[in-house]
Amino acid sequence: MSIPSDLKYTATHEWVRRETDGTMTVGITHHAQEQLGDIVFVETPAVGKAFKRDQECGVVESVKAASDIYAPVGGEVTAANAVLRDTPEAINQDPYGAWMFKLRPADPAEWDGLLDAAAYAKVAESEAH
Amino acid sequence: MLKQTPLNALHRALGAKMTDFGGWEMPLHYGSQIEEHHRVRRDAGMFDVSHMLAIDVQGADAQRFLSYLLANNVAKLAVPGKALYSCMLNPAGGVLDDLIAYFFGPERYRLVVNAGTADKDLGWMTELRGRQRFKAELLPRRDLAMLAVQGPQARSRLWAALPGAEPVSAALEPFHVAFHGEIMIARTGYTGEDGFEVLLPAQAGVDLWRALLDAGVAPCGLGARDTLRLEAGMNLYGQDMDESVTPLESGLGWTVDLAGPRDFCGKAALLESRPERRMVGLLLMDRGVLRPHQRVRSSAGEGEISSGTFSPTLSRSIALARVPRAVADGETVMVEVRDKQLAAKVVRPPFVRNGRILV
Repeated sequence: MSIPSDLKYTATHEWVRRETDGTMTVGITHHAQEQLGDIVFVETPAVGKAFKRDQECGVVESVKAASDIYAPVGGEVTAANAVLRDTPEAINQDPYGAWMFKLRPADPAEWDGLLDAAAYAKVAESEAH
Repeated sequence: MLKQTPLNALHRALGAKMTDFGGWEMPLHYGSQIEEHHRVRRDAGMFDVSHMLAIDVQGADAQRFLSYLLANNVAKLAVPGKALYSCMLNPAGGVLDDLIAYFFGPERYRLVVNAGTADKDLGWMTELRGRQRFKAELLPRRDLAMLAVQGPQARSRLWAALPGAEPVSAALEPFHVAFHGEIMIARTGYTGEDGFEVLLPAQAGVDLWRALLDAGVAPCGLGARDTLRLEAGMNLYGQDMDESVTPLESGLGWTVDLAGPRDFCGKAALLESRPERRMVGLLLMDRGVLRPHQRVRSSAGEGEISSGTFSPTLSRSIALARVPRAVADGETVMVEVRDKQLAAKVVRPPFVRNGRILV
C-alpha cells in the first residue's frame, strides 16, 4: 500500500502536504482511488471560499460511486487544480501528484491533529480487511 | 457465505476485484472498468454470468404453461432455435423478473433468469404450475456455467477458441440458438454489441474461459456489464423495474403481447391499468454524474432516475428515468444532484448500439 511518510492524512482518506509558504495541499490517497475505481468527475472547491475542518468541500465521482471530500484543516481555498476538470483519471494514475486544492489554514496548529503515515495505514488496512 | 461460480478461482488469479452481487461473489473489474467497456465496444470481451440460472421447462404442457406464465407470447417462437425476451408478471401486473426463453421444441424450452430472483422465480413457477395443473417439469440447471462473449470480434474469437463451434453457429441470426454437442450457443447478450452467450457444463466453462483468454478476449466484470447495458438502453431488474411497477411504465411495453384471446398472469391488471409514467433516457448536458434515485423535474411534474452512470462511449453521464407520460423526447429537464440542479436532455434509448452513438 502506497502511503508516503512525508504527508499527513485524514480518516476520510485525504492526504495533506504542508508547503513552505504555510499553505496546505490536499488530495485523495492511493487507497481511496483504488476503492473508488475509475474516476470520471471531480468537483473542486471555489478559490476564496472558507471551510471549517471536516466540512464537505468537494466531490470525487467514479463510475461506481460519488465520494465527498472534506477539508482536513479549516481555512481559505487559495488554489484548485484545473487539470482535473478534463483529466479526472489523473487521480487514479498519480494520486499523490494529482492534488485537488490548496488551503491557507486558519489555525496552522491543526496540522498536528492529522494522522501520520503509520496511523493512516491502520485506517486503510482496517477497511481493506 | 457468498456463492461462487465455477470460474471463481480464475477471476482471482486474474486479479479481479470481487464484489457481492445478489449473494454471489462476482468480479467487479480486473483493473479498469472503463478499459473493459471499450474492449467490448471495439474488440471482444467476456463475462462470467454463471450466477444467472437456466431453468429447463419440459413436458406436454410446456408451451401452454409458458404461454400463461410470460407476458410475451412464446407461440411467436415458431421455429426451434429461436429466443424471446419476456417479463414474468404477478397478478397485479408487477414485474417479478425479466428473462430470455429459448425454444428447442413444443415440449422443450429453457429460461434464463436473473441470479437474485432465481429462487423466487422457481417458487412462483412451481406454484402457478400446480394451480393450473400444467404437465411441465422444471429443471434448474445449477450444473451449467454461462459465459457471455461480446463485441464486434466476439464471434470469430469464440470460433477460434472452441473447435467445431463455427459450423453450428456461423449462420445464427440474432436471438437464435444452436447446440454444439451439449454446449448451447445463443446469439444474445446484454451489451448492445454482437456476440454469443454460451451455456455449458461447469468444467467445460472453465476450459472455454482459458481458451478465450488465449484467443485475446478481455475478461470483463460486472462494472463494465452495467455501463454497457445502460448505454444499450437495457433495463436491469431490481433497479429499473421490480414488482411495484408494470412493464408498461418500464419501457417494456414492446415485450408484452396483449393481442388475441391468450390469457397470461397479470394481463387483466395491465388491461385495466392507466400508465401515468414512462421510461426515458437522459443525457446530462452539465458536468457531473447521474445516479439512481435522483429526482427529475420537468414541465409535466416530477420523475426519478432508476439507473444512472458515466458513459465511457459518450464521455458524459447518461440515465434511465421514469417521468410523467407528457414529458417529450428532446425536452430539457432538471436533475437534483446533491445541492445543484443540472440540465439533462430527454432522449430515446438506446444511447449506443454496435459501437455507434445514437443520441
